Amino acid sequence: MRAFTQLDGLVAPLDRANVDTDAIIPKQFLKSIQRSGFGPNLFDEWRYLDQGAPGKDNAGRPLNPDFVLNQPRYAGAQILLTRDNFGCGSSREHAPWALDDYGFRALVGSSFADIFFNNCFKNGVLPICLPAEVIDRLFAACLATEGYRLSIDLAAQQVCEPDGTAHAFEVDPFRKECLLNGWDDIGLTLRHADEIRAFEAARKAAHPYYFR
Amino acid sequence: MQQAQTLYEKLWSSHVVREEADGTALIYIDRHLVHEVTSPQAFEGLKLAGRTPWRTGSIVATADHNTPTDHWDEGIKDPVSRQQVETLDANIRAVGALAYFPFKDERQGIVHVIGPENGATLPGMTVVCGDSHTSTHGAFGCLAHGIGTSEVEHVLATQCLLQKRSKTLLISVDGTLAPGVSAKDVALAIIGHIGTAGGTGYAIEFGGSAIRGLSMEGRMTLCNMAIEAGARAGMVAVDEVTINYLKGRPYAPDGAAWDQAVAYWRTLHSDPGARFDKGVNIDAATIRPQVTWGTSPEMVTDLDGAVPDPAAVSDPVKREGMSRALAYMGLAAGTPIKRIAVDRVFIGSCTNSRIEDLRVAAEVARGRHKADSVKQVLVVPGSGLVKRQAEAEGLDKVFVAAGFEWREPGCSMCLAMNADRLEPGERCASTSNRNFEGRQGAGGRTHLVSPALAAAAAIAGHFADVGELN
Repeated sequence: MRAFTQLDGLVAPLDRANVDTDAIIPKQFLKSIQRSGFGPNLFDEWRYLDQGAPGKDNAGRPLNPDFVLNQPRYAGAQILLTRDNFGCGSSREHAPWALDDYGFRALVGSSFADIFFNNCFKNGVLPICLPAEVIDRLFAACLATEGYRLSIDLAAQQVCEPDGTAHAFEVDPFRKECLLNGWDDIGLTLRHADEIRAFEAARKAAHPYYFR
Repeated sequence: MQQAQTLYEKLWSSHVVREEADGTALIYIDRHLVHEVTSPQAFEGLKLAGRTPWRTGSIVATADHNTPTDHWDEGIKDPVSRQQVETLDANIRAVGALAYFPFKDERQGIVHVIGPENGATLPGMTVVCGDSHTSTHGAFGCLAHGIGTSEVEHVLATQCLLQKRSKTLLISVDGTLAPGVSAKDVALAIIGHIGTAGGTGYAIEFGGSAIRGLSMEGRMTLCNMAIEAGARAGMVAVDEVTINYLKGRPYAPDGAAWDQAVAYWRTLHSDPGARFDKGVNIDAATIRPQVTWGTSPEMVTDLDGAVPDPAAVSDPVKREGMSRALAYMGLAAGTPIKRIAVDRVFIGSCTNSRIEDLRVAAEVARGRHKADSVKQVLVVPGSGLVKRQAEAEGLDKVFVAAGFEWREPGCSMCLAMNADRLEPGERCASTSNRNFEGRQGAGGRTHLVSPALAAAAAIAGHFADVGELN
């Protein structure tokens, strides 16, 4: 996995609550058997005026000028500013894959749905929760300031505004360690293979009916 | 004396392989359900890393999301869908599984229908799947939840997941449900009450006399939608209803093993006095048939109600969300729900495609016919076994006589990955679980309802009380 340490990036504001993973990457793109290539179809139904399909050339499709990511000032954004319950709905990991493939490295919002939140960490994308009133302020500042950037320091657990105002954020120590080092969960878990085997043998002895 | 434990705590503690000081635990996984959409990248990752699956006997696999629901003799026409289903085929045939029900198999079906009906979902298990509606299996007193594809690979490689303990939320529904009020209405009413993020970070236990009074099908409907309340896992304690449902199912134990299992399963309930982090009480008698009006499952009201007015809401983010939803749905504030006409009706999905759901829908359809204004009524059984049972009871004939289409099993129009979908602007009464923008097809408008209300909408052409139908 790609490590995440620090990031100073352009911010794009997606000002709506309950953004679901169907909106992040619509179902027709889930037919792919790859992990990459979802970026051009991120937020497909909001981003384009026509209907997207797998294999369709996205370069010639009509863009929705009202959608925030189509505004030139947000081109190259690496940080997505979001509202409550971002990533709700389907567990599809294609959602963080699409965000990552588009170029987002961090999400800053008031709350995230559980499975999506977890999926982000597995892909080197850092979701950061800040209090709703801070998020309100960041939205206002981002909309008011062209080229608005935030800097994120995972080791210090801080998000810094351009004027230096710093906001501390919580992150699970284990996930933080994995992200900072780019560690692969599976490799870490397999270091405990003997313990897993012992647990499994004991469980099989106590509950053989789960092992037929 | 041991401290009183919740059902969740019992399930959690019986699966902890090891726990770090910060509370991150390695949790053993008993049952791994696999389908074609969220598994190919996991198998690929496993292969690239030179790893092999830890215990293929934990795997139950099927193809459900992409499969067509008609003309099975013609196979899967969409080449991209076909490739995904064939990839699952190749992966499962290469590694093996406890059970695999491929496309067209007589027991093929929606992964959350086939697990329970084959007895592959058993009380006390941890059950995972790369699908958020894995919460369904919690109806059996399991710890069951959806995972992402990286975690699918992790479970394949290690038979474990890295997790932290959830908080616990007890939702008690006590009293008697009014006639015509189903588990789906209870689920939607709960989501309307606590919101789609109300359960975030919690494992929900559904309790109370109204829940105990539900069949296993009803409990599955309810736990299925725990994720729509923000909770990865929903669960119901084991009781005689659970045990009676499982007896004699193909992968359920039998003989002495059955007796041993049942003795353990009877302990799978929250102890008297067990502490939950949060509690919500709902009076069953207050729940009316529910219809969603917006683009989030929490945007729901009574069948007798009306589309709410965003202007009455003070929170600007919420108000803006409601206005956007009404614009997308093509609805004006104040419109009575019963005045909303539908173009299509979908009866199916992992929420409501089991035999009981089909019986209820057929009872409404019996001797009646769909309204001319309704273009299509799809009835998609949850599995091949459900389909055959329904046909044995003559339900298919009732549906066909009513002008409904009787299809082959699969996920179908719940998420429209196959050919079953809404056209832009079309309005659908759907027994599925998500009314998100574009969920049932780009531009499609979804209203979530129970099987009874879906069938009633098909007959009336608009939302209607079953009792008011001609």
